Amino acid sequence: MSFLSYFRSQRKKNASSASLAKERLQIIVARERLQCAGGPDYLPMLQDELLAVVRKYIQVDRNAVRMQLDQEGDCEVLELNITLPDDPETSVRVR
Amino acid sequence: MTRIIVVTSGKGGVGKTTTSAAFAAGLASAGRRTVVIDFDVGLRSLDLIMGCERRVVYDFINVINGEAALNQALIKDKRVPGLFILPASQTRDKDALTTEGVERVLDELSEEFDYIICDSPAGIERGAYLAMYFADEAIVVTNPEVSSVRDSDRVLGLLASKTRRAERGEPSVRERLLVTRYAPSRVGRGEMLSVEDVQEILAIELLGVIPESTTVLNASNSGMPVILEARSDAGQAYQDAVARFLGEEREHRFLTEKKGLFGRLFGGSSA
Repeated sequence: MSFLSYFRSQRKKNASSASLAKERLQIIVARERLQCAGGPDYLPMLQDELLAVVRKYIQVDRNAVRMQLDQEGDCEVLELNITLPDDPETSVRVR
Repeated sequence: MTRIIVVTSGKGGVGKTTTSAAFAAGLASAGRRTVVIDFDVGLRSLDLIMGCERRVVYDFINVINGEAALNQALIKDKRVPGLFILPASQTRDKDALTTEGVERVLDELSEEFDYIICDSPAGIERGAYLAMYFADEAIVVTNPEVSSVRDSDRVLGLLASKTRRAERGEPSVRERLLVTRYAPSRVGRGEMLSVEDVQEILAIELLGVIPESTTVLNASNSGMPVILEARSDAGQAYQDAVARFLGEEREHRFLTEKKGLFGRLFGGSSA
């Protein structure tokens, strides 16, 4: 151990941007893995097609259709939420 | 039995083409008949790295479209026997790559070669998808840097779900990590993620570590696969990686800082 090691170890404590990088990566990678594994990849397509069907009859916003996939015990529950517009004028009647 | 290897990373500029060229030359030098295919349609680079850019007449897309026979498009390397290059098209767009077309070319190549190396383009679009789709093995090239590691993790997710092996429920693609542009001195100062950090996050087998080296740029300047620069640290690191790929046990070198006289006098032993 040389006499400069003392100063080197002092500097090391402040300069570990690598450990910050590792910490950030561990968090983001864990989250993205969950997202990828969390839902089947047809969900966005299903949402788009449902929205298209609803729009045939009622003029709703893109955000008016919300979809969520939950796990309840052994069951997977697909929850579909459509917010209808307050103003009935905006709805289109199709027979 | 032919093995199809994809060299992939997600992020661009991390060393996929350098690695593809090095592995192709290394495997061919070890006596395996090897072809390396550039999947980066529209932005080809393998021809330059391999130093055969002026010999390109027909390309991968010409073969897929039936405009040229495979052996008209294959370029034989002049340095290493048993090494061939299939260049990408520089003018077509990525839609020219079709799953059936790629499969047909790979099947034909399988009759003649031991190893087919697919040099993936950056990103996760069509070219990258098709480069990995038929793979038996993957070399995931990663820089010790946050965005590269994150992209590699994404690519690992795709290898596990979007490949033919995954779709058919066959044994999964063998994934191995190659860390490139590694600077041990910066790791020592706590400025760069260490190999152990990267490996811990990605959780795959380590194939090799290529140190940051001026030789890599010099080699690409002259169109020479860096593995053929046998005396350089990067060249030797690639040779080790290829040997490990072929099943040989080799210790990892170049993981610690090279010290000059000054460093040895004043650097202490812990860095």
